[in-house]
Amino acid sequence: MSGTPGEAVPLIRLRGLTKVYGQGQAAFQALRGVDLDIEAGEFVAIMGPSGSGKSTVMNTLGCLDTPTGGEYLFHGLHVERLGRDQRALLRRRYLGFVFQGFNLLARTSAQENVELPLLYRGEPAAARHRAARAALASVGLAGWEHHTPAELSGGQQQRVAIARAIVTAPEVLLADEPTGNLDTQRSHEIMELLWRLNDERGITVLMVTHEPDMARYARRIVHFVDGRIDSDTRNPEPAALADHAAEAR
Amino acid sequence: MLLNTLLLALREIRRNLLRSFLTILGIVIGVSAVITMVTLGNGATLAVQQQIAALGTNLLMIMPGQRLGPGRSSAGAPTFKEADVEAIRQQIGGVHVVAPQLMSSVTLVASGRNWSSTINGTSNEYFISNNWKLVFGRQFEEAEERAGSAVCVIGETVRRELFGAASAVDVLGQPLRVRNFSCEIIGVLLSKGQSGMGSDQDNMVVMPLRTVQRRVSGSQRVDVLLVSLQDGSDSERVKASLTHLMRERRKLSDTDEDNFNILDTRQFADAMAGTTQVMTMLLGAVAGVSLLVGGIGIMNIMLVSVTERTREIGIRLAIGALEREVLLQFLIEAVALAALGGLIGIALATLASLALSAVMQVPYVFDAGINVLSFVFSAAIGVVFGYFPARRAARLDPIEALRHE
Ligand SMILES: Nc1ncnc2c1ncn2[C@@H]1O[C@H](COP(=O)(O)OP(=O)(O)OP(=O)(O)O)[C@@H](O)[C@H]1O
Ligand SMILES: [Mg+2]
Repeated sequence: MSGTPGEAVPLIRLRGLTKVYGQGQAAFQALRGVDLDIEAGEFVAIMGPSGSGKSTVMNTLGCLDTPTGGEYLFHGLHVERLGRDQRALLRRRYLGFVFQGFNLLARTSAQENVELPLLYRGEPAAARHRAARAALASVGLAGWEHHTPAELSGGQQQRVAIARAIVTAPEVLLADEPTGNLDTQRSHEIMELLWRLNDERGITVLMVTHEPDMARYARRIVHFVDGRIDSDTRNPEPAALADHAAEAR
Repeated sequence: MLLNTLLLALREIRRNLLRSFLTILGIVIGVSAVITMVTLGNGATLAVQQQIAALGTNLLMIMPGQRLGPGRSSAGAPTFKEADVEAIRQQIGGVHVVAPQLMSSVTLVASGRNWSSTINGTSNEYFISNNWKLVFGRQFEEAEERAGSAVCVIGETVRRELFGAASAVDVLGQPLRVRNFSCEIIGVLLSKGQSGMGSDQDNMVVMPLRTVQRRVSGSQRVDVLLVSLQDGSDSERVKASLTHLMRERRKLSDTDEDNFNILDTRQFADAMAGTTQVMTMLLGAVAGVSLLVGGIGIMNIMLVSVTERTREIGIRLAIGALEREVLLQFLIEAVALAALGGLIGIALATLASLALSAVMQVPYVFDAGINVLSFVFSAAIGVVFGYFPARRAARLDPIEALRHE
């Protein structure tokens, strides 16, 4: 366990994280020393210009990639020292992913797509079916279980992807530009969904976005420039809260 | 987990039915070729064995001339005499019957038709030694044999070619012209069909030895001595005493080589059966190579499939699949495909063997061993040729794989 005594260890802690792609002449430093603490239950939006290292840091946080240098502590555990399979087990147990391109299995029903992570966890069939149906219902897709991705709209596909990410009840939901392929209306629906998962279930949400409108749903906005954190600000009034306040009035 | 992986693999196979079929085509063809070849080969071996058994079990044939080989010939070697038959009968133990044989090619004429056939001058013992049964009629009477009467027993082919529709009973008593004399048909043989070497055994007319000696060959000679052994007698020992007796009777000195040779049909049968078995193995091996080529086909398609499904593999890895789970999925997919190919191949081979054995007139012999072996082998091919593509899939970098279009 790392961290000074007396100070609670945050869920996620990055210290001096660097990432270099390629070697020699072609080497490119995508991350140049990132320090970041994220507590359980936060909703963080990561913003910044293209090529500033947002996806790189997300992939590292998601245990899909290993940093070149620095430390990544998840629950106090040194992820940068773990092997491939250990990181896979960590993903399976604690993390849910939503990608810009939805990344559903083609020609496979929504139900089966959502069941996939449970299959790898070795859950029995009955439990798998129940959990997948519940997850689809919670993203508003009850009755769409047997549709394949080709038969669903972009917004619906992204909701299936979210259902797949949350079906294992993860602690952290990582979303890299989840609304990048959606129109404004659909984007707001997805953001509402993420906000609810964070607010009602206490799932920690980390999200990359280009759009300030979408970042407004987060409680905290981290700005990347050139592989470094440029600013890290609290959002006192997340968008969804404002809406709810408006409704209440 | 294993069951789930199997289900995943089967779902994948079903999702790409046409590609799956093309993938296993090589295996299907390989397996069915191997099984068909071996099954037909076994049938042919059995057919040869049956035909030789029909020839008479444990029959020794004594023929004039030295054993064939370089620089040797049967020309000029003295033939046998009728007295040799009696001598063997009386002096050699372990012998069942002894029959002389004098063959001659002739043209037969009856009911206005011609037919080329072979005349076989012998005695009633011939029917025993060579396992011939009569459908109708009778064998020779002792008086007929002694007097060399003009009587004959005809084979089924001769009956069919000369008398056509007339039934076996009707031909009894009919005259059959052989060269310058006419003989009476007293019996018809039960058909034996083709011999192991493909000649028609039923194209033959059997007559008493003396009839042929006097009226056809015009000599006292005997071409072949047929010695049928008693059950359980040692053919090597009988052969040795026959050699001894014949050398004595033919007045050979110790330094002379045998001027006759003894052919053991049992050995001959074993040699023939051995040849067909070697053929079977050779054909099976060639077919086995095609099975191997089928395996390479599986590897090829599985590699294409890994490239095609890179993104899918990335998704699986991203949501927590372990390296070995992806490996197992692809491996099971390959094995399931190969095993499926094996099963289809077995079904196809059964149909093909049944059809071909009917066409080739060899018995259909189901060989469980080769079926099981081919199936196991095709599954093993799935493992061997599926492993490389599966490992490639499992080692993919999840981020790279996800970015793949
Ligand atoms: N696999 C890689 N090999 C080489 N360079 C890479 C690789 N992945 C990313 N990079 C480089 O690292 C830098 C950061 O990439 P990253 O994907 O993190 O940017 P980003 O902030 O997500 O940008 P965008 O908003 O366009 O998605 C980029 O300049 C990119 O070219
Ligand atoms: Mg990016």
